[in-house]
Amino acid sequence: MSAVVPPVEGEGGAATPPVPWGVTSVAPGSGAASEPTAAVPAAGPMAALLRLADRGAPVLAFVAVILAWELACRLVPIPPFVLPAPTAIVRGFAEIGLASWAGHAWATLRVALMGYLLAIAVSVPLAMMLANSRLLTRTLLPMLIVVQSTPIVAIAPIIVVTMGADDLPRVVITFLITFFPIVVSTVTGLHATPPELLELSRSLRATRSRQMLHVRLPFAMPYVFSALKIATTLAVIGAVVGEFVAAEKGLGFLILFSTQFFKIHQAFAALIVLVAISLLLFRIVATAQRRLVPWSLPAER
Amino acid sequence: MSDATGGAGRPIVSGGAGRPVVPGGAGRPVVRFAGVSQRFAGAPGTPPVVALEDLSLDVARHEFVAVLGPSGCGKSTLLRLVAGLLAPSAGRVEVHAMPVVEPRDDTGIVFQRPTLLPWHDVLGNVTFPARHKTGSVTPAQAARARELLALVGLSDFANRRPDELSGGMQQRVGIARALLLDPDILLMDEPFSALDALTRDEMSFELLRIWTERPKTVLFITHSIAEALLLADRIVVMTARPGRIREIIEVGLPRPRTMDTLAHPRFHELSAHIRGRLFSRPVPA
Repeated sequence: MSAVVPPVEGEGGAATPPVPWGVTSVAPGSGAASEPTAAVPAAGPMAALLRLADRGAPVLAFVAVILAWELACRLVPIPPFVLPAPTAIVRGFAEIGLASWAGHAWATLRVALMGYLLAIAVSVPLAMMLANSRLLTRTLLPMLIVVQSTPIVAIAPIIVVTMGADDLPRVVITFLITFFPIVVSTVTGLHATPPELLELSRSLRATRSRQMLHVRLPFAMPYVFSALKIATTLAVIGAVVGEFVAAEKGLGFLILFSTQFFKIHQAFAALIVLVAISLLLFRIVATAQRRLVPWSLPAER
Repeated sequence: MSDATGGAGRPIVSGGAGRPVVPGGAGRPVVRFAGVSQRFAGAPGTPPVVALEDLSLDVARHEFVAVLGPSGCGKSTLLRLVAGLLAPSAGRVEVHAMPVVEPRDDTGIVFQRPTLLPWHDVLGNVTFPARHKTGSVTPAQAARARELLALVGLSDFANRRPDELSGGMQQRVGIARALLLDPDILLMDEPFSALDALTRDEMSFELLRIWTERPKTVLFITHSIAEALLLADRIVVMTARPGRIREIIEVGLPRPRTMDTLAHPRFHELSAHIRGRLFSRPVPA
């Protein structure tokens, strides 16, 4: 038991001055570690140019593609029903007229939003029940997977025949295509709670509903929101699929209608509006996440 | 070193030297393990895992007991039994002479990871137990939370987000959270093991200061010999698979413990002794 090495991490105990560690010794020092290190911008005109290039690169690339597209359409004899030039697409916008655009866009947006909100209203409570009960999971999961495995596009005509020709079948199609990813992601999130916090919750003898509300659901938020963001795109797809089957208005209908008359440039214009709607919905959800649950985002800077 | 050793499983109750703790045998133990075994069902087809076997231990009021042992010796199980999160497979676990059947109000837990809630600020994290238990925070509890933040040296950080804090600071928030409901017993599950070595030493002294100001009965799980020696009145050395008490050591180092304690001859003597105990083959019970 001789020749002992002191098991003290760090410096040897003997050499250290006898500081009576105690009272307020520590607070400031340990804080420095978490100080945000902002990306240091290099100085000079060259750096400024680089920064500009960095910011402008995506826009430039976009413009370049459009220009190349326009040029190709003018130089190579491509029939306009194969690939309309960007300028033709702009003409397509003008041909349809603002009021008509608004009508079509609103028809699609309305269905997409109703299906989306219905999906959220059903998925999140369902996910909470599934996360709470193994029995329910075992009972319902196979059925959910069957529903999810059914190609929605294939059952869309059936749904339309069953439910008539107004918004209802299209909302149902949108719902069916949107809800599954939200359920799966929310259940995953509800199971991602750190076990220590569940133990803490149990040690406080908190009620199950409070455990769900105070710990599990907030911890699931990053998962819920990533599903909600994906689901915005799916909702637009669902609305368009519904319109393909039966509709007399909407952007999907417009695409179908204009392609039947070989007005491809109008179909492209409708496509661009659809993309804009998808992007807008995505942004709205992303903004909601940043506003409502900012902690669920990875630290920026 | 014969004075330092207690027989395996034989309870020794006495305080560290220089501390006015309940003299041996006089007070009722706050925590008592009596012949406790804990088995967990293994994978299908394999025998159950024995986490603890026939473990007996008494912990006196305001005593600081460190439980030291290799991974898989059931240290954490020991703690969860006291917390009422687990029921023993055999034997009895008592707190204040009452068998533990469910989680109780008089225990606070500090985990290995601070596991703070990222959507609350520091103060909201400290008041979390009150809010989670009853649905609201009384003004008295809010005031107590601020007081505890002062105690752990984080008064200026009350409104910061947890991710703005360093690991050591987060763990101090975890300690303040565990103290909010003024528990009699503080259960600490390797609370500093995720911290770097320097912060770890710092936190040990912090904990000693907090414990001196707010005396509690502490059960401190660790796998660091130095940490156990620096902090505890007694060290329960355990062996793994099955988890048994190898030896109970009276630390007997003078308090208050300072950096000087690390250079104390007895510190080195005991750490060598414990290391020998941990590394040699366990003696059959």
